[in-house]
Amino acid sequence: MTVLLEVENLTVDIPLAAGDLHAVRGVDFTVKKGETLGIVGESGCGKSITSFAIMNLLPQSAVRNSRRLVFDGQALDELSEEQLSDIRGNKMSMIFQEPMTSLNPSYTIGEQLIETLLRHRKAARREAVERAVFLLEKVGITAAASRLKQYPHQLSGGLRQRVMIAMALMCGPEMIIADEPTTALDVTIQAQILNLLAGIQSEFQMGQILITHDLGVIASVAHRVAVMYAGQFVETGSVAEVFETPMHPYTQGLLACIPIPGKTKRGSFLGSIPGKVPTLIGDQTGCSFANRCAYVKEACLLKNVPMNSIGSVRSYRCILSSEVCYQNAREAACS
Amino acid sequence: MLIYTIKRALLATLVALTVSMLTFGLLHLSSDPAVALAGEDATEEDIQMVRVDYGFDKPLPVQYLAWLTKALQGDLGTSFYFNIPVSKLLQQRLPVTLTLGACSLVFAILSAVPLGVLAAMRPNTKLDRFCLTLAVSAQAMPAFWFGLMLIVVFCLWFPLLPVSGSDTWQHFVMPTIVVGTNAMPAIMRLTRTGMLDVLATDYIRTARAKGLRPKTVLLKHALRNAVIPVIAVIGVQAGYMMGGSVIIETVFGLNGLGLLAYESIMYFDLACMEAVVLLLCFVFIITTFAADIMNAWLDPRIRIG
Repeated sequence: MTVLLEVENLTVDIPLAAGDLHAVRGVDFTVKKGETLGIVGESGCGKSITSFAIMNLLPQSAVRNSRRLVFDGQALDELSEEQLSDIRGNKMSMIFQEPMTSLNPSYTIGEQLIETLLRHRKAARREAVERAVFLLEKVGITAAASRLKQYPHQLSGGLRQRVMIAMALMCGPEMIIADEPTTALDVTIQAQILNLLAGIQSEFQMGQILITHDLGVIASVAHRVAVMYAGQFVETGSVAEVFETPMHPYTQGLLACIPIPGKTKRGSFLGSIPGKVPTLIGDQTGCSFANRCAYVKEACLLKNVPMNSIGSVRSYRCILSSEVCYQNAREAACS
Repeated sequence: MLIYTIKRALLATLVALTVSMLTFGLLHLSSDPAVALAGEDATEEDIQMVRVDYGFDKPLPVQYLAWLTKALQGDLGTSFYFNIPVSKLLQQRLPVTLTLGACSLVFAILSAVPLGVLAAMRPNTKLDRFCLTLAVSAQAMPAFWFGLMLIVVFCLWFPLLPVSGSDTWQHFVMPTIVVGTNAMPAIMRLTRTGMLDVLATDYIRTARAKGLRPKTVLLKHALRNAVIPVIAVIGVQAGYMMGGSVIIETVFGLNGLGLLAYESIMYFDLACMEAVVLLLCFVFIITTFAADIMNAWLDPRIRIG
């Protein structure tokens, strides 16, 4: 499979009065055609910032750096904003967390769908309308042609998110970044939207980055997963491997937080990770998870921990050997 | 949209009716029109005669109804001072004031909206602070003083413009600048705030994520939403302009409604006063009504509930 997006050592710093906030601290990943990479992590770990950094939608004050940021053969960090805007919404589009506020209240759904295509393609308005109707039907909206004349406030949250997905597809992008696309929706709608995304992604063979804090979402639609903590990836691998044998203590802790029907004892406490996330302002030495880790050693605090690779897609950021991590994972699964 | 317009129109009519009642009542209660009319040397009997002659002895509601019936037929009475029908007087004076109002409004909008947008695009920069300074100074400056200063500069030091009158377009240049400058700060500051709010919204991020050009994002997606509150303020400002015209038209000797208001108050020309105050109020009501309708047209959330 061809590699669509290559990211190496991506960092994002946001200057604040108290010092630089290192929101993203050296992230590496690739996304291939037809593949979904899930990025999972808690609020504030930098997963959304990572996606904005790729789309060049960061706030003005933020500083982005990377060793390599290549999309579809083009080095994104060498392009001007003008050239980047030619890519955005065209070859690479994005779906946001908040469908209720992500559409412009003053324009019809149709107008907002059509303008995307007209911006990037030499197409007649009539063709754009046809494309919009086709895609609205594709994302499961009934009476698509009449919906074009409706305004966002006349649609429910679920419908608006479907419109956002259709909008992202207008130019037939090669990659879609979905930033918590289901967080703001009802649970019943969540499943529908996720299935829709997964179906469309495999039908059009797009690369996809799915950002979420919900491990269940990752398990159901992603191929590979990256677990993010305090601005860094702490574990990557195929979904099956990471869920079966989580190597990093943080991943183990996250998975322990999910009750499993039939396995988790009735009346037992839900798992939780003690302590809180370290501040990302200023420089840090040592493992960023050290203050919450059950296996912390003195060595964890002394120097930054590199990623350890096992095989080609599996890696984890811990000083413990893979054997010990396996052992811990098995014990955690039994308890 | 039609139902909304009808609702608003009904409301505006009610407001207009209330205003006419208040104006009529207050002016009649503020002093005895018969005394003013009879003149300084009039005896008690003369005054009584005038009172009966003009119907000032009847109860106020009766007088009001009589006046309203006539007014609705276009008869606003006769001016005591000018000795011609008030409606004719208004016909002569209104165009001057409306011209000044329209020019000032255009001047205010054309200077305030672009500056507000620029300030919002670069908040807390030198440009933004310059706009703030400009707004504060324009707001703080008394209109009559600014008018006099313009006269000093453009009539005395550099004789480029005529001092007073309303015959040529040159006569309107300075009054337009003065009245427009007065209305500009509120419009500019609100445009800036509105733009700042809108630029931070999710749908602007969506517009950028679609790859739309910065100009499209700014003008089509941001400004359209940012001007909605601004239009309401412009409506109110247009109303204030009408009130402010009393001062400005006096300063520049513009033969408009404002000057007429001043004159009729000086001579206690009751019929004329009533008509002028009422007309100014109506213009206020109409501009606010127009702003409401325009907002509904711009904002589908008002139009389609």
